[in-house]
Amino acid sequence: MRGLPSAAMLLAVFTGSLALAQGDGRRSGYQDMGPALQKMQDDDTANPAMLFVQAGETLWNEKAGTAGKSCADCHNDAIVSMKGVAARYPAVAGETGKPVDLEGRINLCRATYQQAPALAPESDDLLALSTYVALQSRGQPVAPPNDLQLAALRAKGAGIYRQRQGQLNLSCANCHDDNPEKKLAGATIPQGHPTGYPIYRLEWQTLGSLKRRLRNCVVGLRAEPWPYDADEYLALESYLMERARGMAMDAPAVRP
Amino acid sequence: MGPSAALGATVGRRSFLAGAITVVPFAAHATPDALAAAVKEVTGGSPVHEGKVKLDIPPLVENGNAVPLTVKVDSPMTPDDHVKAIHVFNEKNPQPHVFNAWLSPANGRALVSTRIKLADSQKVVAIAETSTGEFWSAHTDVIVTIAACVEDVT
Amino acid sequence: MANVLVSAPKTAKKGQVVEIKALIMHVMETGFRPGTNGRIIPRNIIQDFSATWNGREIFRMKMSPAIAANPFVSFSAVASESGTIAFRWSGDEGFLAEHQVAITVT
Repeated sequence: MRGLPSAAMLLAVFTGSLALAQGDGRRSGYQDMGPALQKMQDDDTANPAMLFVQAGETLWNEKAGTAGKSCADCHNDAIVSMKGVAARYPAVAGETGKPVDLEGRINLCRATYQQAPALAPESDDLLALSTYVALQSRGQPVAPPNDLQLAALRAKGAGIYRQRQGQLNLSCANCHDDNPEKKLAGATIPQGHPTGYPIYRLEWQTLGSLKRRLRNCVVGLRAEPWPYDADEYLALESYLMERARGMAMDAPAVRP
Repeated sequence: MGPSAALGATVGRRSFLAGAITVVPFAAHATPDALAAAVKEVTGGSPVHEGKVKLDIPPLVENGNAVPLTVKVDSPMTPDDHVKAIHVFNEKNPQPHVFNAWLSPANGRALVSTRIKLADSQKVVAIAETSTGEFWSAHTDVIVTIAACVEDVT
Repeated sequence: MANVLVSAPKTAKKGQVVEIKALIMHVMETGFRPGTNGRIIPRNIIQDFSATWNGREIFRMKMSPAIAANPFVSFSAVASESGTIAFRWSGDEGFLAEHQVAITVT
């Protein structure tokens, strides 16, 4: 079994985190990386994702929209108000009664309370804000809310997860449930838990969301990816978070 | 451009290529000759001794886009005896240079860490130039794996 | 203004060797990659990075297209005197970024 980073190192950056090694056999993608990449993730002074966190902190405090409000004006210090939030998304938004992921929630806040235009998907600003918020859940257990609407969404997501698709005719489950830790063309197949998102992915040479990663996989299967606002992503994300329930968040993570 | 018809559970890397990103026929590659020429540019033909330099790079790289690399040189870093410069080269990227770093006794330690791009499995060479005019080197053969599925650029 | 993350101790003892880390957001486009239209995306990299301690150069690096995106550099320096450690990055397309940190040496 691959060695875990030293306890001192984990403690230094990861205070309060649940052990990444779950007793139940679930493994975070962090554990599938070599020590050099684990070190890159653990060091807040060297993790490239922290550039986005820094930008996100600035945006958090910046007034926006015709309402001229900043996130801080309502939510004050993110370290306090956003603790554990990312670990609970996707969730049902009170304002619309519909499920949203974290990026969707941010845009909903912008539209409703800041009267500011939505930030484009995968835009630097949206990623900066979602990364800054996700950081505040580091070490917290993944805790999707119990809600009938979400349960239906998760069931839909579970169905998509097991559905073969694309020219390669593979389902998510074929790789991530049936063959994790095995190699796919030289790369280790992770179990596919979203505990690290948004991630700095070396393949992208930048930070990106879970949605981008899911799109990436669907394209990899040689299937037509669903449009950015498709329900399928929300369903899959909800299912994946439920599947990872109780695992420690390690966002913003580094992944190959 | 689609993958071949009969696909079992094991698929080769190239079947996953959505675009021809890794196979670029018109990009020149550095060759061992280009590497040697780049080294000679720095050493001026002086002899290069193996030793004193420690090149820390993972032997198996999960993604060639950002490979952590540390070069450490055994040197007292005094005004009389210190590392003046560290030069790092590669063998198979489109061009042979990685970086040049200039140091002095003000560093206290001859140590540079950065992250580099490696296009393929290849040799990486680090050369330290000392204030006494000597050249010391180390090299490592690195295996670079790539992501199994390549997404569209859009 | 460029997005920069520098890590250096705020205090040090005279003669102590300190570790300095510098991370900057930059695409480091190699100039070897084809874009979606099949044409090569032009090179856009940081070429030079330097650090000074109270104006005296303590480190200089020439980067090539082989340096990874969002370049990270770490080096050491002997804590000589209190003052300012200044960092400078410059490169293609007139790129220029500067950053400073204060350090107290006792």
